Amino acid sequence: MIELAQIRVVAAKEFRDRIRNRWVIAVSVIFTLFALAIAYFGAAQQGEVGFRSIEVTIASLVSLVIYLIPLIALILGYDAIVGERERGSLDLLLSMPITRLELLLGKFSGLSAALACATLAGFGLAGLLLAGRIDSGALYHYLGFMLSAILLGMVFLSLAVMVSVMAKDRARASGAAIAVWFLFVLVYDLGLLGALVLSGGGFGEDLFPLLLLLNPADIFRILNIFSMEDLKVFYGLATVFPASLSNPWLLGSMMVAWIVMPLTVALWRFK
Amino acid sequence: MKNNVIELRNVFKYYGEVLAVDGISLTVHRGETLGLIGHNGAGKSTLFKMMLGLIPASAGEIRINGTPVRGAAFRELRRTIGYLPENVVFYDNLTGLETLQFFASLKGCAHESCLPLLEKVGLARAANRRVDGYSKGMRQRLGFAQALLGKPRLLFLDEPTTGLDPEGIREFYQVLQELNAQGLTVVITSHILSEIQERVQRLAVLKSGKLHALGTVQELREEVDLPLTIRLRTVASAMVEHALQGIAVEALVVEGPNVTISCRRPVKMALLRRLATLGDSVEDIVVKEPSLEDVFLGYAA
Repeated sequence: MIELAQIRVVAAKEFRDRIRNRWVIAVSVIFTLFALAIAYFGAAQQGEVGFRSIEVTIASLVSLVIYLIPLIALILGYDAIVGERERGSLDLLLSMPITRLELLLGKFSGLSAALACATLAGFGLAGLLLAGRIDSGALYHYLGFMLSAILLGMVFLSLAVMVSVMAKDRARASGAAIAVWFLFVLVYDLGLLGALVLSGGGFGEDLFPLLLLLNPADIFRILNIFSMEDLKVFYGLATVFPASLSNPWLLGSMMVAWIVMPLTVALWRFK
Repeated sequence: MKNNVIELRNVFKYYGEVLAVDGISLTVHRGETLGLIGHNGAGKSTLFKMMLGLIPASAGEIRINGTPVRGAAFRELRRTIGYLPENVVFYDNLTGLETLQFFASLKGCAHESCLPLLEKVGLARAANRRVDGYSKGMRQRLGFAQALLGKPRLLFLDEPTTGLDPEGIREFYQVLQELNAQGLTVVITSHILSEIQERVQRLAVLKSGKLHALGTVQELREEVDLPLTIRLRTVASAMVEHALQGIAVEALVVEGPNVTISCRRPVKMALLRRLATLGDSVEDIVVKEPSLEDVFLGYAA
């Protein structure tokens, strides 16, 4: 039996820690500043400065968030377990009436809450500041963007917790966390691109969209870009990604699967 | 047995190929204080972790209050067990009181019990200070308070006095003694052997994962049969050797009026009677039992 009360105790402590050491406020400020900067200067390379449209803003934000949120989530979570182990407090925690599953879920939920709070506060404030200039339909997209950004953060938090369980010490955990970031954010797409080029686009049609779904960062991109008609064409995604796979519920479920899987591995390896 | 709080039956632990605990059987009775000694790597920590259900035994059985150390039943039992790990580092961001409250929540006991516990270990005035400002001794006191949460009936203390000053050590054992009097069972490790020598009822000596010896300090001394040391001061020091003729002494050193004799336990009384024949010339006699360090090193050698 899972005792929710135990999960809540651990989660509350983790969350309070991040509030107290000003992690949440710092990350919120970073998000707000980036969002506003992108809203006003995102089109600078086209020779324009100033707010253009919510679509373009979201597209730019997506590109930013794909780098930034996984990195922040990995930094937030990589020492969740290995840190306790190194401090010697893990044995103490586990000597309490709490199971490993409850401890993992408590850590994960507390850190997720902190990350979600920072994301909502940071991008929410930016959204409020821009609210006067956008219509309600665009607001809906912006909400979707924030929600998917939280999901993306939770995916990488889950990966971070997995790394934290499996690593021998904090140094190795941080190394592994950076490797995870490189893999999903940089290497994976480059690899796919390389494979496409080498095969002369040969394996594209069927396999390519499925391979994109294997990377949570790509799912996040598709989820946000695909919801907006203009951008879909603009990004050329419509040509490579079939509409049948672009159902937001399917993509959202894939993200949730990406949250559950690493946590499951973490629990399995947590001895 | 109802009075057995901890029962280990033929417990083994392998780490891969390495045998860390080698067939240990041991029983700890209610209200007893058992000292666990052994060199680093002797298997103390592994044994501790197995008794707390933190790692499973490779073979054998461990029961606490008759309950195997796993599963839902043991989970409930954990509320009545206090544990102070060696060199634990608490969360720097929390105050002492918050730290205690966090563990109290996990253990399911009231937050109201936290402040009195901090008072008990002498940390009441630092209760609202953050732990990162605590000295090593204060952290150790906080750890002890944590172990006492929820009025435990069984305490596992791993090197509990590390970092405490002599006064802190005295206070620590004072609290422990009070709890002991109330029927608390304690398993304690310490590398300062002379310190636990007078404070445990029985000692378990671990060596290379095996239970090398088990008994009261006195029993262990007799079992090892290390020589006693007798020091006397006498104006007739030259006569001592003659007086002890026919008695098997291990060594006899005369330095002016001071004579140091070592002998085995069985000849102690005969030897003392002979010394008594020296009459008024003897100014002082001190009989020194082998210390726990000697016993321990005797076992470890």
